Parts: sequence; C-alpha cells; structure tokens
Amino acid sequence: MKKQTKPASVKKPDGTLKRYFKNMKTATKVDYATYLGVILAFAVVMACQSAGLLNRQVTGMLVPICCYICMAVSLNLTVGILGELSLGHAGFMSVGAFSGIVASMSLGFTGAGDVVRLVAAIAIGAVVAAIAGVIVGVPVLRLRGDYLAIVTLAFGEIIKELINCLLVGFDENGLHIRFNYDGNSVMGDLGLTENGVEIIKGAQGAAGNEKLSTFVAGFVLVMITLIVVLNLVRSRTGRAVMAIRDNRIAAESVGINVTKYKLTAFVVSAALAGAAGGLYGLNFSSLASTTFDFNASILVLVYVVLGGLGNIWGSIVATVVLYALPEALRGFDDLRMLVYAIVLILVMLATHNERLRALLAKVLPRRKGAAVHG
Amino acid sequence: MAKKFEKGKMVPVPSHSIIPERDLDKSPILECSHLGIDFGGLRAVDDFNLTIGRTEIAGLIGPNGAGKTTVFNLLTKVYQPTRGTILLDGFDTSGKTTAQINRMGIARTFQNIRLFSNLSVEDNVKVGLHNQEKYSALTGVLRLPKYWRQEKAAHERALELLSIFDMQGLASHKAGSLPYGAQRRLEIVRALATNPSLLLLDEPAAGMNPSETAELMENIVKIRDTFQIAVLLIEHDMNLVMGICEGICVLNFGRVIAKGTSEEIQANPAVIEAYLGKKRGS
Repeated sequence: MKKQTKPASVKKPDGTLKRYFKNMKTATKVDYATYLGVILAFAVVMACQSAGLLNRQVTGMLVPICCYICMAVSLNLTVGILGELSLGHAGFMSVGAFSGIVASMSLGFTGAGDVVRLVAAIAIGAVVAAIAGVIVGVPVLRLRGDYLAIVTLAFGEIIKELINCLLVGFDENGLHIRFNYDGNSVMGDLGLTENGVEIIKGAQGAAGNEKLSTFVAGFVLVMITLIVVLNLVRSRTGRAVMAIRDNRIAAESVGINVTKYKLTAFVVSAALAGAAGGLYGLNFSSLASTTFDFNASILVLVYVVLGGLGNIWGSIVATVVLYALPEALRGFDDLRMLVYAIVLILVMLATHNERLRALLAKVLPRRKGAAVHG
Repeated sequence: MAKKFEKGKMVPVPSHSIIPERDLDKSPILECSHLGIDFGGLRAVDDFNLTIGRTEIAGLIGPNGAGKTTVFNLLTKVYQPTRGTILLDGFDTSGKTTAQINRMGIARTFQNIRLFSNLSVEDNVKVGLHNQEKYSALTGVLRLPKYWRQEKAAHERALELLSIFDMQGLASHKAGSLPYGAQRRLEIVRALATNPSLLLLDEPAAGMNPSETAELMENIVKIRDTFQIAVLLIEHDMNLVMGICEGICVLNFGRVIAKGTSEEIQANPAVIEAYLGKKRGS
C-alpha cells in the first residue's frame, strides 16, 4: 500500500477518564462543549438575575433569544445539514405560536395549571408545525433545485394572510373557528357563550394572552432542540441527510431514500420552529401574524449564515450577538439598522480574514484532514 | 493474485457471455437482454446483451463516447431504459429506483469521483452501511441502547472494510482532503459497504500510476475472492482489463461489437478497427 497511511497513534493509558476524552471524536467534543456552554450561560444569567444585575430591557430579551436560538438551530438543520434553502422558517414559528396560544387559552378555560398550559402550547405548536412541514415538504422535496426556497417563501406569506383572517374562540362547547375570508365577520359571529374566551381576532392577532413563558422554559427548550439536532446529525439518519447534501447521486447509489430523509430533516426542523413559536407566543400579551413576516425568516437565516452553515454552536453565538446588537444600538436612533448592516459586513470580512482564521485555528480543536497531502 | 482464468477449461455457454467455470451450475447474477436507451433521436445504447456469473470479473471497454457509462447508468437506473430488461439474480428490475437497485445488490463507483466530501472517511463508509443499520431516527435522537450497539458494530465494520485498502489510519480525515488515489479506493470501500452481489467500477484505475494500478488489480481480485461477488468494470487501462477480466465486452457507438476472453478480444478485427480505424486500402 502507499505511504499515505499513518499507523494509528499509540495512546498512553493514563487514567480512564483522560483516555476516554482523548479517544473521543472531535465532533463529539464539540457537541459536549456546546451543551456545556449553554448550561454555563444559563447559570451565569440566572445568577445575575437573582443578584439583580439585569435591567428590565435585558430580562425582556431572554425568552425571545431562547426562541430565536431554537429557530436558528432548527433552520441550520434545513440549510446547513440538509443543504436546502428555506425562506419561510418564520411561517412555521407563526403556526406554532398561534396553535400554541389556542391550546394554552383553551386549557386555561378548563382550568389547567400554568406549566401544563405552557408545555401543551409548545408540544401542540411543534405538532401543528410538523404537519405544516409535511404539507409543504411532500410535494416540494421530491423536486431538485431551488423550489423549496420559492415554496417556503410563499408558505410564510400565505400563513401570515391566513391567520389575518382567522377568528378563534373557546367556550363550554369547545373550539369555535371562523374563517373571515370576506372581511365582514366579527368576533360576535363565532357565537361564543358568555363565559367564552376570544383567542385569535383576525388582523388584530391574539390579544389578552397570559404571559406564561419563562427563561427556564426557554433554556429547557434550547437544550431539547440541541439534543434533537445534534443527536440526529450523529445518527444514521443525519449521515444520510448530509450524504444527500454532499452528493445526491452518490447517496442514491448507496441505497438512501432521498425523499424520505429530506422530508425527515425538513419536518424535524419545522417542528422545532413550531415549538419555538409556542414559547414565543406565550411571551407577549398580544401577538399579530405580521410579526412572522418575510423579514423574520431572513433574520433567522442571517443568524444561521453568519454563525456558519452546519455549525450549531455558531448559530447560537450568532443569534445571541445579533439579537442583542440592535438593542444595544438603540443609542444610534434612526441610524440603528444602518449600523447593524455595517456590523454584519464587518463580521463577514473579519471571519474571512486570513490572520483571524489562523488565530482561531490555534484556539479551536484542530480539524483533522487539513494536514494530509497527496 | 488469484489463479488466472484458463481459457481451455471454459465452456462457451451462454453464447453471448463468458461465465467462469465455477459459476456454470449457478444462475447468473446479471442478465441484460436487448437493453437500449434513446436520448431524443440518439440511440445511446442499443441491443445490449450481457450475462455475468456470480463471481465473475467482467470488463466493459470501448472508445470514448461508446456508451459504457450509460450502460452503468442503465443498470443502476439513473436512466430508465427505453427498451429491454435487466434481471438481477433472476429478479426483474424494471420500475425500480437507484436506491432500490442498490438494496437489490448492485453497488457502483463513479468515473468522476462522487464522495461525500464534507464527511469523514469513516462516515462515508458508514453511509454505505446505512441499510445494514436498522435503528429509527427516534432511536438515534434518544440514543437508546440499540443505537450504541449498532453504531459500535458499524464503526468496527467500517474500519474492517477500510482495512482492505489499508486505509483505517485515515478514518477520521475528511474525505475531500484525501489524495486522488485514496478517494478512488474509498469509493470502492463505500460501494462494498452496501453489501452488493455485483460491483460496478467505472474507471477505477483512472489517474493511477502503473504500480498503483497493479496494486488495484490485486485488490479487485482479492475483493472478488473474499466477498464472493461479481465485478463489472469499465477501464481504459488495457493491462488491467486483460490481466484480470475473465470476460470482456466491447462497445462502440452504443452497440456490442465483440465479446470473449482477453485473447479473443485482442485478435478481433472489429475491436482493432474500433480503436485504431480501418487499414488503408482494405
């Protein structure tokens, strides 16, 4: 055989734990570091919060940041791991948010506890968004090319308009849903009884919600999202998905059902976005469907792209920084978004900088393979 | 190197192919009859008949543009044939997809290397083992004991397969960073990982130097002997083809112009004409 083969380096048996860590794959180390980082950040924020170091502005951002981390990580599954461009991720968040609100308000009417209502909102948000993911994914993922981008873009807009026309209420007789397609219906047309609650009021969106979301719930959801995405990526399913991304024809030639795995990744991504929506919806006393417009989808895509495609911890860091940045730039007033854009460009230039990359390469665990030459 | 094919012992049935003596009492692994495909008005492959024995190494040769890779694409259903049938192990393959064909037992490599270049070498092989691992996505996410068991088995199997080409030391490297020859070998390993009964190799020796080619020849025979599978290869390196192929099929302009053993092919005037052109004045 040729000389390219290096003998597997012999490792000294110095302590089981140390050896275990040494033998661990780089990918596994990065995963554990990601979990650890999130837990540490959570602990620090909790400590600061109990010490009273955080002002109201910062505490108000905590839950949305958790939601957007879940959004970015789940979008990374579609864009980075599966390699399909999705421009309507906020649409799934919207579906999750409004179905979550309906679930939580309905349960509130029956007198369920806050935690049950929050968990139910997140779970139902995930399920409904997954169904939406199947409806969008089944026809589109069979096609090759950029169709997913076009269809998800349309999906986001359609969902926004649909919810704009939706009237939902709940009373003793159950759920009342009316589709206000001609714009003439009012909440009174739902025929709610006296005790009934109005949940979604058309263009006004959902108002009068109880704010049930907490930072702890956000942290738990982020951890669940991370576990789902990272474990999926390191499993047989994730390998199949990445194989499709790298080379569809070769993936087919080794017996991988391309449509099935594309759909799996896309639906998991949609479900996680729906769960994030469920949490997000219960963080505000009122919520209109216009919150989840095209701009929201692009915003999440920016987090994913700047964090690095397929790089999960990158998505988390990018989300935190880029979500907090516009708030920190409030001092610039009208120029805020302009400065934001300039910062984005500077980040792109900096991460492309040779010296910075060399510096990062020293700090970060070395990627194997870079040193092999022919 | 395994014992060379002895022409004298060969019984020339069925007429349109060469099946090694040891396979004669068994049904062939692959039978193509009257296979053809048109691209618009162009008959890219026409009336292609081929039978391959269970443990035969067969060669498919011909000048550039003769339709050799098209035949591979027909066998693996990258293209659906316009005419004709393909029987794999006696089963009709019509209407199957590429992925189903692989599960039925045909694995292939590509002329222009198609690795999963962002995955590690080991993961490339594990993708090949995909259909031998049987746990669901949910088991993978929850990391149930079944996941750990099967992943451990897949890891060991992947290293074992890589050791065919002495590549187990490269397992954690990124596939795209490997040198060219190693990438070609990795493609073969990945194809083998799918547990095929017929291995299609599209120009396995392209870009290799003579000593690498000699090594590859040994390895192809070794693979056939250890896995007891059939191999059909496209190759322009005549030393390789004549050295290890027990039956050779020559294509030109999408049609079979000759079939036989290496000696027969070398002496065939139609083959010489296809490669070198007509003799002047004849």
